[in-house]
Amino acid sequence: MDEIAILGVGMHPWGKWGRNFVEYGTHAAREALSDANVAWSEVGFVSGAITVRCGYPGYVSGSTFARALGFTGAQVASSYAACASGATALQVARGQILSGACDVALVVGADTTPKGFLAPNAGDRPDDMDWLRFHLVGATNPVYFGLHARRRMELHGATTDDFAMVKVKNSRHSVHNPRARFTKEYGLDDVRNSPVVSDPLRLLDICATSDGGAAMVVSSMDWARAHGHTDPVRVAGISTVTPTYPDTVIDLPYLATDSSVGTPAPGRGFKESIGDRVYIEAGLGPEDIDLAEVYDLSSALELDWYEQLGFCAKGDAEKLLRDGVTSIGGRLPVNASGGLGAFGEAVPAQAIAQVCELTWQLRDQAGERQVEGARVGITANQGLFGHGSSVLVRR
Amino acid sequence: MPKTRVPAVEGMFTMDPDNPHLIGGKVPGRDSWFFPRHLAGGDPAVSGDVELETVELGNRGRLWSYTTSNYPPPPPFVVTTDPYVPITVVAVELHDEKMVVLGQCVAGFGPDDLHVGEEMQLTLDTLYEDDDHEYVVWKWRPVTGCAAEDQ
Repeated sequence: MDEIAILGVGMHPWGKWGRNFVEYGTHAAREALSDANVAWSEVGFVSGAITVRCGYPGYVSGSTFARALGFTGAQVASSYAACASGATALQVARGQILSGACDVALVVGADTTPKGFLAPNAGDRPDDMDWLRFHLVGATNPVYFGLHARRRMELHGATTDDFAMVKVKNSRHSVHNPRARFTKEYGLDDVRNSPVVSDPLRLLDICATSDGGAAMVVSSMDWARAHGHTDPVRVAGISTVTPTYPDTVIDLPYLATDSSVGTPAPGRGFKESIGDRVYIEAGLGPEDIDLAEVYDLSSALELDWYEQLGFCAKGDAEKLLRDGVTSIGGRLPVNASGGLGAFGEAVPAQAIAQVCELTWQLRDQAGERQVEGARVGITANQGLFGHGSSVLVRR
Repeated sequence: MPKTRVPAVEGMFTMDPDNPHLIGGKVPGRDSWFFPRHLAGGDPAVSGDVELETVELGNRGRLWSYTTSNYPPPPPFVVTTDPYVPITVVAVELHDEKMVVLGQCVAGFGPDDLHVGEEMQLTLDTLYEDDDHEYVVWKWRPVTGCAAEDQ
């Protein structure tokens, strides 16, 4: 797959600011433009990640951000893929660039989230799986996280302390990230003593919902070189795969999996296929990865990703964690940014924010949380209703 | 005057109190089931001009995993206890269809009472009520004294 260049990245700090999401997005966009040394007038395409929580302006986020930055006649698109929206927006931008439709694109997403559980749209809507799971079962997002955590304990002997150690590790990373919402270092006892949300997961095992914004300026390799970017971080692969039938692992927002009677389950499940696709595009494998940003909606899910991305065999994630491999200073640091546990989820911004972190890391600009010698990084993420999301960047 | 028992959502399960079944969809001539039927998808076989059969799914399975919601879920969940009593949610793999189906566990069973692999049975229970109706949903119940190894 042809590569594109990441010229600049920017973020609005995550928090619970309660302000208009447009403000976060434009802040991030301006920072990315400045970082790229690209004038807004040079951007030919704006790829917005959609928020569904902020009314109409959120549904047309591409044009909302374009207008906020000043209409220049740039082309625009807006993408929604739940938590994977940012990767989809990046993929749309890549398509525009590689087809020659534009040289430079801005990818941007931002959100303002309400307090508490993410919940479905209002009304009586039995034709919406998202509505059914709340109404009939009370299956909130943490319920699915809890099911997977318990399954991991049963299959692989994980303990609640293993899950807590993920939080402890990531919080240690977050101390050095001024853009994170939570920058306190937590100990094991802090996690152990936080209230249970969905057994076996506790409050500090589960990510919050946040306000935040992230953006990147991307271009063709030719344009980058012609404009003085001699060694930019490059996007080597993007995965936005859907599951392959039968998907036999229960996940958001479904009430049931597919059946594996008629068609055997594929050897690699949906979550595994997300990374598989991006490795193929990039022509690289797990052994090439220096660091990863993965979607730790819960601490336990981070461990699943180690295996799904091929960092270790099934059941060995706890060992990787305990051996310090995935801590900064280890061989393959995971969530050097602090991860979702430190940021909280700002849905349309999150997949972009993961790439922002990798970009800083690959440019050796991550300060105290710098991963030494990082050259290749991968993100992994998943949006409900079957949206895979992974981006592989290299330098 | 007794309240009328009605399903919380029509067409997703049978209302036989002694032997309830989930109502699924099935691709004719193919071992491919869906739940709920009205939101079937996934199998590329349904991309053709296929009229799904309506079938009753098996009402026994093995416990795949379990968890709780220690905080009241937001609407459209209807909280019926005050103060809120945590619910237990289970995922059960049906024996015959080899598909994992979610549901609440009946009251009285928490994480300490359950173990992965144990035999579970479908049952009906009240989800919430109004002045005239009792709204019913499927739930899962452990088949006590019936170890998973025996299946």
